[in-house]
Amino acid sequence: MPKLIFEKNVPGSNSFSLPPGQIPNPAISKTIPAQFLRQEALNLPEISEVEAVRHFTELSTRAYGVDNGFYPLGSCTMKYNPKINEWAARLPGFAGIHPYQPEDTVQGALQLYYEMQEMLAEITGMDGFSLQPAAGAHGELAGVMIIKAYHQQRQDAKRTKIMVPDSAHGTNPASANVVGFEVIEVKSNQRGLVDLEDLRSKMTDEVAGLMLTNPNTLGLFEEDIQEIATIVHEAGGLLYYDGANLNGIMGVARPGDMGFDVIHVNLHKTFGTPHGGGGPGSGPVGVKAQLLDFLPKPITVKQGEEYRFNYDLPLSIGKVKNFYGNFGVIVKAYAYIKALGAEGLKEAGQHAVLNANYLRHQLRDDYHIPLDRLCKHEFIINSKKQAENGVTTLSIAKRLIDYGNHPPTIYFPLIVSEAMMIEPTETESKERLDEFVQTMRTIAREAAENPELVSQAPHKAVIKRVDEVTAARKPVVKWEAGVKI
Amino acid sequence: MRYTPNPSPVVDEMLQTLGLTSLEELFQDIKPELQLKEGLNLPAGLSEMELRRLLKNLAAQNLNTDDYPSFLGAGAYDHYLPAALEQLLLRSEFYTAYTPYQPEISQGILQSIFEYQTMICQLTGMDVANASLYDGGSALAEACNLACVNSKGKKKVVISDTVHPEYLEILKTYSLSGRLEVVVVPGRDGIADTTGMLAAIDHETAGAVMQQPNFYGLLEDAAPVEKAVHDQKALFIMAVEPISLALLKSPAEWGADLVVGEGQPLGSSLSFGGPYLGFMAARKNLMRKIPGRIVGQTSDLDGKRAYVLTLQAREQHIRRELAASNICSNEALCALAASMYLTFVGEQGLKEIATRCHHLARYAEQEFQKVGMELKYKQPYFCEFALKVKDPAAANRKLLANGIIGGYELDDALLLAFTEKRTKTEIDQLVAVLGGK
Ligand SMILES: Cc1ncc(COP(=O)(O)O)c(C=O)c1O
Repeated sequence: MPKLIFEKNVPGSNSFSLPPGQIPNPAISKTIPAQFLRQEALNLPEISEVEAVRHFTELSTRAYGVDNGFYPLGSCTMKYNPKINEWAARLPGFAGIHPYQPEDTVQGALQLYYEMQEMLAEITGMDGFSLQPAAGAHGELAGVMIIKAYHQQRQDAKRTKIMVPDSAHGTNPASANVVGFEVIEVKSNQRGLVDLEDLRSKMTDEVAGLMLTNPNTLGLFEEDIQEIATIVHEAGGLLYYDGANLNGIMGVARPGDMGFDVIHVNLHKTFGTPHGGGGPGSGPVGVKAQLLDFLPKPITVKQGEEYRFNYDLPLSIGKVKNFYGNFGVIVKAYAYIKALGAEGLKEAGQHAVLNANYLRHQLRDDYHIPLDRLCKHEFIINSKKQAENGVTTLSIAKRLIDYGNHPPTIYFPLIVSEAMMIEPTETESKERLDEFVQTMRTIAREAAENPELVSQAPHKAVIKRVDEVTAARKPVVKWEAGVKI
Repeated sequence: MRYTPNPSPVVDEMLQTLGLTSLEELFQDIKPELQLKEGLNLPAGLSEMELRRLLKNLAAQNLNTDDYPSFLGAGAYDHYLPAALEQLLLRSEFYTAYTPYQPEISQGILQSIFEYQTMICQLTGMDVANASLYDGGSALAEACNLACVNSKGKKKVVISDTVHPEYLEILKTYSLSGRLEVVVVPGRDGIADTTGMLAAIDHETAGAVMQQPNFYGLLEDAAPVEKAVHDQKALFIMAVEPISLALLKSPAEWGADLVVGEGQPLGSSLSFGGPYLGFMAARKNLMRKIPGRIVGQTSDLDGKRAYVLTLQAREQHIRRELAASNICSNEALCALAASMYLTFVGEQGLKEIATRCHHLARYAEQEFQKVGMELKYKQPYFCEFALKVKDPAAANRKLLANGIIGGYELDDALLLAFTEKRTKTEIDQLVAVLGGK
């Protein structure tokens, strides 16, 4: 077990230094009143550069990214992250610009922002975008605020509810709650789609909007989307699009053409920017024309040959983030869209769907597929067959680790028991997919012949399964000097 | 460029396996009228060489702090990034991974977050830190929401207008929820008006906020507000700048319950305002209420030390519409950068950096005095101050003409920030340009 960085502390071993200051350096106690000065010790680690480099390098060898292998983490769109984009975001002309520089000194950055707004609008069929939100959930927050501000502006105060399907990602109901809405859950039908009868029966003039993911979290396209839009719109509500699954229709169909009024996209999913081990992402929010005035500030505009930020948006929900959103992430997504172009984006969407359907077809004999029909970029299998031998979805996921794969998303969506949500993405070759199929077949065989082997997996990872109960009951959330656990 | 590895014969073979003849058939479930007829109206894709040229040209149109000394701060600071940090962040096991949901395959990332949480606790003196939030402003909004939830329905949060104006704007946006009422108390002489804040804090108050140093770089006496807000059993929230904590009284020493801040100075580049790092730390009694991911230490079945995402009952994927925050993805890579930064500079290095920033600001103040210029506010500061100038925009233009990126424009002053990257020579030049007739 590698030591913590704090356990490698060698006082005096860190040789970081500053250049000579050539200015007076009186004692701090002379220039800052004592009431503002720190007494408490810091206890930060002191380590030589070489040992620090080895420490973080060792940590990296105990992590697993897309570059390590197959990563079919459903709903997360773990596609390959092009290396040129990492280079681009680190150019001094991007990485080294301060957000408060005069606008005429950052025309390249503003042009990139402007073009990005336009390209996202074209790809999604919306009329305008704000690049402010920092992630998908942050885009939802901004989007649901837009819905609220829209109804408020129309003095329609009775709209206190947001509808969310039972298959929705947890952030959807949470976002609605955080913005102060009551959440109404809409049922899915036998086919895994929004149950129109249930939707109709729950629709009232108190509903501000419906949040929908399409393709939905089962990987299925909501075929009745036009009818859903009509039901929502006729009742005076707005339709929100969670863009987490845009990859499944990219270049083929657009939420804006389906009746969605407000959407967010996840640049860290659909547009190839890396997830960074949990972020940073970027969740631009887009709207139809009647909602443009409500977008979070600022929006980039073009005046003649000049680009500038427009803050003069009296109806805007306001700012949701410091400065202008996650610029460094947006640079990478911009590069991605430019590299692929119109045809490449469409091909990416098509191949994502092809890969998912191919896998679904190949896994059919060995795993139960609750909704076994044409899917989009992802699909759900479960462990129903393996359960006969006491093997759970969790165990199958852990066994996949032994074979060098990242597991799929498990136990989501909540409406399928023991779900495994598999999203291969378009950047996987047929050979990779075939290897994965072989591995899944092997695990199915193991589950039948030697269920213990699977139930105790992983065997080859750096650790066995962890005691999560103790972690939550007696939380140890930081290292403390002299405290041994 | 395409990043799809399957050439068309392979695609055909896969389609055949599915009993299909074309890719279009994969989209039969989407009504024809919903499908794009003409394709997207975007240019054709670029080769990597063309793409490189395009991006380089765009970047070249931005003046950057590599080429121009900059005195801009106001919430984003131009600190030196150790070379080792920049290299290590390119380890793709880190940057191409997702959130560490599967602990057995993610121990490296989980351990790095645990180390980060520890360092944030060390800086702030708090008991628990989360794995990160989006940025300083949204972190403050989360903290204020938490204060309201914690007070079981009180809505009022009292804050001084000497806090970063963008933080105030974000708070205002978040208050659209109807569950948060932000009472902004105008400051005096560049610092919080304690009397005004005390008058605003009452039994309806869920929390009060102080920023240290405040937006104008000045040091706030947080003690009276801390006492008043605790007398009302409400939360005392501080927004702090992490590098200054090497020298300045920690939030724990001020008596804060909840601490947030912008972690960008710790290892993230300026990058036109993002991605940055929102950090949050709290007293133990708030551990099960703070938003975001938290990594805990535990053991595996063999008794080996191990790390795992914990206390998840707080989070959206479990609590759904009852969750107090909707955050899912955060700023993990920036948090990793922060712990690398603190490791590479070390405790002594951090103190030296903070001290140098302060000394450079002191030196600049003295040099400005020599040419008859003065600070707008006569208050203790850390590394940033407002310099009185008649026409800030004109002053900035003049600086730019002399190859210097100036300060943040206030009404009748320039807010100037001094990091360890600035030199005596650069400051002498700054003073000469601004002080010249
Ligand atoms: C369907 C869906 N919606 C929303 C989100 C939230 O996105 P983010 O993590 O970027 O906040 C996710 C991410 O996992 C998702 O899969």
